[in-house]
Amino acid sequence: MEDLVVPVPHATRRVGRVLTYRKAATLSLLFPPTGIPAMMHSLRAARLAREGEIESARHEGERARDWSWYSVGFGLSVYIIAFLAWLLLTNNHAVAQVFFGWSTMTDGGAWKSLLKGFWINVQVFLIAEVLVLVWALVVAIMRLLPGPACKPVRVLVTVYVDVFRGIPALLVILIVGLGLPQADVPFLGDFSDRNYAILALTLTYGAYVSEVYRAGIESVHWSQTAAARSLGLSYTQTMRHVVVPQAVRRVIPPLLNDFIGLQKDTSLIGALGVLDVVSRARFVNNSKGTLTAYSMGAILFLLVTIPFTRWLDWLIRRQQAKTLAGR
Amino acid sequence: MSFLVLRDVTKTFGTNPVLRGINLEVDLHQVVCLIGASGSGKSTMLRCINQLETVDSGEIHLGGDRVSGRGIDVDALRREVGIVFQAFNLFPHMTVLENVTLAPVKVLGFSKALAEERGVALLKRIGLDDKAKEYPDRLSGGQQQRVAIVRALAMEPRLLLLDEITSALDPELVGEVLNIVRDLAADGMTMMLATHEMGFAKEVSSKVCFLHEGVIHEEGPPEQIFEHPQEERTRAFVKRIIDAGRL
Repeated sequence: MEDLVVPVPHATRRVGRVLTYRKAATLSLLFPPTGIPAMMHSLRAARLAREGEIESARHEGERARDWSWYSVGFGLSVYIIAFLAWLLLTNNHAVAQVFFGWSTMTDGGAWKSLLKGFWINVQVFLIAEVLVLVWALVVAIMRLLPGPACKPVRVLVTVYVDVFRGIPALLVILIVGLGLPQADVPFLGDFSDRNYAILALTLTYGAYVSEVYRAGIESVHWSQTAAARSLGLSYTQTMRHVVVPQAVRRVIPPLLNDFIGLQKDTSLIGALGVLDVVSRARFVNNSKGTLTAYSMGAILFLLVTIPFTRWLDWLIRRQQAKTLAGR
Repeated sequence: MSFLVLRDVTKTFGTNPVLRGINLEVDLHQVVCLIGASGSGKSTMLRCINQLETVDSGEIHLGGDRVSGRGIDVDALRREVGIVFQAFNLFPHMTVLENVTLAPVKVLGFSKALAEERGVALLKRIGLDDKAKEYPDRLSGGQQQRVAIVRALAMEPRLLLLDEITSALDPELVGEVLNIVRDLAADGMTMMLATHEMGFAKEVSSKVCFLHEGVIHEEGPPEQIFEHPQEERTRAFVKRIIDAGRL
């Protein structure tokens, strides 16, 4: 028993020690605007500690730490921005010329062409998103059907999810968009290219999103099902009114993530010859001898994705404020 | 024939026999308390009665109908038998009133207006009508459990099962929940309670069942079980309760 009691050196137990943050302050000097105050406070803390002014010394030490943290936050940001600016200006402004060429940026015709293409991307995204939301939920519910009787359905759906999650979206678009019309598949043989793109993206993202839904449904505690069933609700009613609504609320953030992915992957539909924003940007670039139109396309995507993200964040916060008071 | 009859009911989870031949008869308007140590099978017994668990063997009859085993309409059974859980299990995404009206609308086919009128009346009875539009998370544990009782009552069940409904509550909130049960007993509601509140069990029950290792070891009026237990194990259990100051 006595072997267990290992004496701790007295020196390590001094709670009254003054922290001067000397190492942090020294590193902070790499960014002098905040590093110098950090060092000054650190030095002052050490001096006050030597003079026995422990309370003041601790106060100074605390400020040395605060200023050191400012050095991390501001110093890193300033240096990163400076590096990016240097990249833009390097090679006699070559980078700026290629990616942000002024003559292209101010060319109204170029913007008009890009916007026309981008509208197709937006259409594909909006229609595919609605289809994905519904289709993925159907897939998730089929995958969670109970009992040995439904095993064949579960297996079938699992195979679908595995296959379409495993194939790159571009290949699915090419296979669906070029293959189905060529093989003249019944019902699916004469869509427009745009609709093949929507079908392909729905198949790919439906597989992803069904897994998100499934995780959400499985995260709803079984006691909720017990409560609903005990009131006489059927399996379907329980899913419809109790389990799925809670599941969907929980998976909105990951769902949103997949939708941003879907939005961006609409840029692949040009492979089918659809004149989307990417194809049109390529034409503009070829005629102008620059890459600026790609940047302009990127700006168009950001103009949609960033507000979309913020709006959904806001929705989630509002929902949580309503149902999770005091948590 | 009694209103509720359990005959040789058994239930095994994996290799663990939880119920090993339960026999019980409950008449209309009776309040039956199940007491016994944790793991003695009280909760499982209640969950078998409304088929949240299926029994392995034996039979359960309600109002003369067989309600366990193959080919029964579990949803129809559950319309008649309400259950309230230890952890409340309110639906967190619905308001209090929506919790109470969901089943009457979807299962009994009431109009929304009628269900809400009845729901508000029930909430008024337990003094929570002002919380009708709140979400469950904003209520105290005692309030949530009262809402859960009302949610079960909204179906007008003929039998109400209460599964340790005060075990998850702070001591000062137990009283408000037990008061409702007391009122229900006075109104003649047929109830089965699994409980650790021995004083309450002694007060409201018409019959107390002491469960031990999956069988009803002794049953009788509360005076018998708590004051003159016939069986050795019952005596030991009641003595432990008294020693702990819980009776």
